[in-house]
Amino acid sequence: MPREFTPKVVTANALLEGDVVYQTADDRWSRHLSEAELISDEALAKLRLAQAEGQPELVVGPYLADAKPSDNGPQPTHFREEFRRTGPSNYDHGKQAEVN
Amino acid sequence: MYSYSEFDAAFVAERNRQFRAQVERRIAGNLTEDEFKPLRLMNGLYLQLHAYMLRVAIPYGTLNSRQMRQLAHIAETWDKGYGHFTTRQNIQFNWPELRDVPEILDALAEVEMHAIQTSGNTIRNVTADHFAGAAEDEIADPRPVAELLRQWSTDHPEFQFLPRKFKIAVTGSPNDRAVIKAHDIGIQIVERDGEIGYRVLVGGGLGRTPMIGKVLSDFVSQEDLLPYIEATVSVWNLLGRRDNKYKSRIKITVHEHGIDDIRARVQERFEIIRPAFSGIDVALFEDIKTAFAPPVFRQDGTEVFETTYKTDPIFRSWADTNLVAHKAPGYSIVQISLKAHGATPGDATADQMRVMADLAEFNGHDELRISHEQNVILPHVHKSHLPTLHAILKKHGLATANIGLISDIIACPGMDYCALATARSIPIAQQIATRFDELKLEHDIGELKIKISGCINACGHHHVGHIGILGLDRAGVENYQITLGGDHTETAAIGDRTGPGFSADEIIPAVERIVETYLDQRQDRDETFLQFYRRVGMAPFKTALYEQDKAYAAE
Ligand code: HEM
Ligand code: SF4
Repeated sequence: MPREFTPKVVTANALLEGDVVYQTADDRWSRHLSEAELISDEALAKLRLAQAEGQPELVVGPYLADAKPSDNGPQPTHFREEFRRTGPSNYDHGKQAEVN
Repeated sequence: MYSYSEFDAAFVAERNRQFRAQVERRIAGNLTEDEFKPLRLMNGLYLQLHAYMLRVAIPYGTLNSRQMRQLAHIAETWDKGYGHFTTRQNIQFNWPELRDVPEILDALAEVEMHAIQTSGNTIRNVTADHFAGAAEDEIADPRPVAELLRQWSTDHPEFQFLPRKFKIAVTGSPNDRAVIKAHDIGIQIVERDGEIGYRVLVGGGLGRTPMIGKVLSDFVSQEDLLPYIEATVSVWNLLGRRDNKYKSRIKITVHEHGIDDIRARVQERFEIIRPAFSGIDVALFEDIKTAFAPPVFRQDGTEVFETTYKTDPIFRSWADTNLVAHKAPGYSIVQISLKAHGATPGDATADQMRVMADLAEFNGHDELRISHEQNVILPHVHKSHLPTLHAILKKHGLATANIGLISDIIACPGMDYCALATARSIPIAQQIATRFDELKLEHDIGELKIKISGCINACGHHHVGHIGILGLDRAGVENYQITLGGDHTETAAIGDRTGPGFSADEIIPAVERIVETYLDQRQDRDETFLQFYRRVGMAPFKTALYEQDKAYAAE
């Protein structure tokens, strides 16, 4: 039986800085997961990923990451994506530095 | 110290020029990522979780104050003000931007440093005992051999596309501080009938299938060393499995063919290629040895040291843990801990790098070393300078008296930085160090090495930690597996797994239970953790880790 499709966001690293970025519904790359487009449809997810792969001048290594909806936009479901969203735990570096 | 020849300088400059053009083409969209990735990796540039990472080689862990200052300058100018020293005697910068990397490489070249062959299936940075040239137990300085191997392997046309990465470590002492038994090739300098030669080990390695190296030859003469090593790498280059990344390392080749078969093949190959080595390598080796001539050691009194040692308990505690006997009278080897309680193992700020550079320049014959245990060494310090040196270290958070103790933890970057990680390592190291500092047990526990990796690749050497911790992903939750009894020295051993892993919340208490078991049951204070484990085995630890809980649950 094929596994049920769970919601995804398209994520990658920015070419110049290496920052974690997310594809938004209006085709930008945002630094904030909360702004990402949460995709519930499998065919659409594949299409959006293909579009991301077509932007090598902006991003490196796009892939689909699991996420779940919340009042504040998509949220990670796995700890790896949680760390990617915030930054390293030992210093206030990466994105958490901008947020704080 | 070895200085670049004109050829070396021109070679590095040309490489940097090429890479600058490649970066420009990538940014302009004229190179795809697939085309660019191998090129950036050839120059030590990885893409990690949150940013790029530049890995810079510190050959055999040796650098001078000018080089250390340049690393500080790079950290400040193009990174976030710090650098991470690794178990392979490299430094990693965790936040460079792609556009700046060519500048950084040029800055490195100014001080005869580079990032070549710090990635890819090549012969990587040759590592060596961090006490080289200073240790009391040393037969000969291992660095000239390491430098010879470095020159031979850098850009060697036959060895740019090996089945997998290849790591060589050299020790000049019978006491192994270079982990030679966990390297693809380990070289130990030995003496036979008054002649200096080399014992060659092969097929050690950590990672997914940890193995202890086996003796390939008990004695290879100086003239034969390079052709013998070339024969070994060449045999593996031919036999090594390219069909399966997990079976490609030489340890698997040795395991599958048996050491005797490999030895015979190496010998056969050696006899064929030996005549091609005309002796230029031997002449070169003699030149290199001259470049590593020991400094002229001073003959001063050591009264200041003795008085301070008697009167200042903080100095005494630091001296007892962080100093090592030097071969020259009146001298000490100073180990600077990059493991302040709660800090990230191996990290140094730009300011700290400058302080260490100043100390090396003024009081240490201008030499610094990076240890595979992620600390910094000043190999030659006269004892009369130690009280002042200690005071300066203290002022800059560099005087933690914990070398070899429970908080002197090796930890790989883990999932805080590394794209391959399955769990975090750094916070676990920070919590263990902080916890045992609070308990004030550290000195009572004595020698105990904890090593932590964030995935099976074992960059944190967990297999050879007295207590090894491996971070895993169990159904989307961080989980930590414990091994006991690992040893990275001349009596090397791979640790044994205790049983099921522990969650992030349970792992610190689990380590505490292990340590309590040892403290409760050791014969006396002189029995180290490792000796205790070797005497009693796993049973009491298993009880402490698993049975006690069960007993509570059953009540
Ligand atoms: C963050 C980027 C890093 C990446 C992508 C990386 C990748 C890897 C991989 C793939 C292996 C397994 C090789 C194999 O067994 O075939 C490995 C092993 C190893 N790495 Fe790393 N590593 C990284 C960082 C580090 C750091 C920071 C250190 C030092 C603290 C380190 C030191 C080692 C060592 C000592 C091994 C030993 C395993 C062996 O070959 O015996 N690595 N690394
Ligand atoms: S052990 Fe794994 S997590 Fe740690 S640095 Fe190596 S590859 Fe990354």
